[in-house]
Amino acid sequence: MTENTAAFLAVILAAAATYALRLGGLLLAGKLPDTGRARRFMDALPGTILLSIVVPASVSLGPWGWFASACTIACMRLTGNVLAAMLSGVVIMALSRAL
Amino acid sequence: MQPSSPPSPSSPPPAPFSQLQKGFAANLVVAASVAAYGSVFGLLAAQKGIGWGQLLFMNLTIFAGSAQFVMVDMWQPPLPVAEIALAVLVINTRYLLIGASLRQLFAGTTLTHKALVMHLVTDENWAVTLAAASKRPVDTYFMLGGGLCILMAWCAGSLFGNQVGALLGNPERLGLDFAFTAVFTALLCSFWRGGRDLLPWLTAAAVALVVEQAVPGSKWYIPAGGLSGALCAALMPAHAAGKDRKQT
Repeated sequence: MTENTAAFLAVILAAAATYALRLGGLLLAGKLPDTGRARRFMDALPGTILLSIVVPASVSLGPWGWFASACTIACMRLTGNVLAAMLSGVVIMALSRAL
Repeated sequence: MQPSSPPSPSSPPPAPFSQLQKGFAANLVVAASVAAYGSVFGLLAAQKGIGWGQLLFMNLTIFAGSAQFVMVDMWQPPLPVAEIALAVLVINTRYLLIGASLRQLFAGTTLTHKALVMHLVTDENWAVTLAAASKRPVDTYFMLGGGLCILMAWCAGSLFGNQVGALLGNPERLGLDFAFTAVFTALLCSFWRGGRDLLPWLTAAAVALVVEQAVPGSKWYIPAGGLSGALCAALMPAHAAGKDRKQT
């Protein structure tokens, strides 16, 4: 197998896996009932996934990460503006590294 | 300005194009960070001998930033094809849950429509779309517009980095590595549905942290946390799940 073939194969396999997960999740969820526990499971998913992305990322940055996250939330509650909230967190992390 | 065609008296028409535009615009903020990180990615790819054509092909077929970073990191001849595919599968397992969480948004759409739009669902436009959906009616074209916005930013950034160099020497010095976490944290505020979320969210956070410590360097913690938190919500007694969430 030449390097070019291998590269093509690697990309195609990675793409197929990713696409299968994306579409597969949606189609499989369609098989679940729309009431009761299954419904509560589905309704809770967005929040719990996003939280699982955010919490370890923030914790791994130490106290400054916590502080930046807290400021981001506070800024979001105050202004309702995602850009302002993001900037507050980013500026705090930048400052912490400049110190 | 169209006197010939009277405005339709029926309630707001679907207007896919306007939703597409709104979704595109709503993702511009996060797209700026995507472009900055794209330029870093493009530069790394150039250092591994990946040209712009291969890069573009990768972006358009895979379209998953963190998985592509890992892929390029493993890009060492002879290419470990199976290992690369497996690593991408693990990192992107979260998309199984992300796809599942979109069932309501996609309700009533055709299989072709689902198959086309799902390819352009990333963490970014997924979170932006669901956050918007908690405030106003939003459909899959909003998601598609966001996906196109993110795709353009990712391609523009990575091609620039590949051909010219990184837009910003060290994004971490500028705190930009925190930009994604910050956007997701801000969006998280609109995902909170009240007290009934407390236990599921604590479960998700705790499991994600434990799994991240137990399996460092992988992304298993995202599906593990998301799944356990949602299971917790499912197992809670129905009355604790609070009022009906069908209408807001």
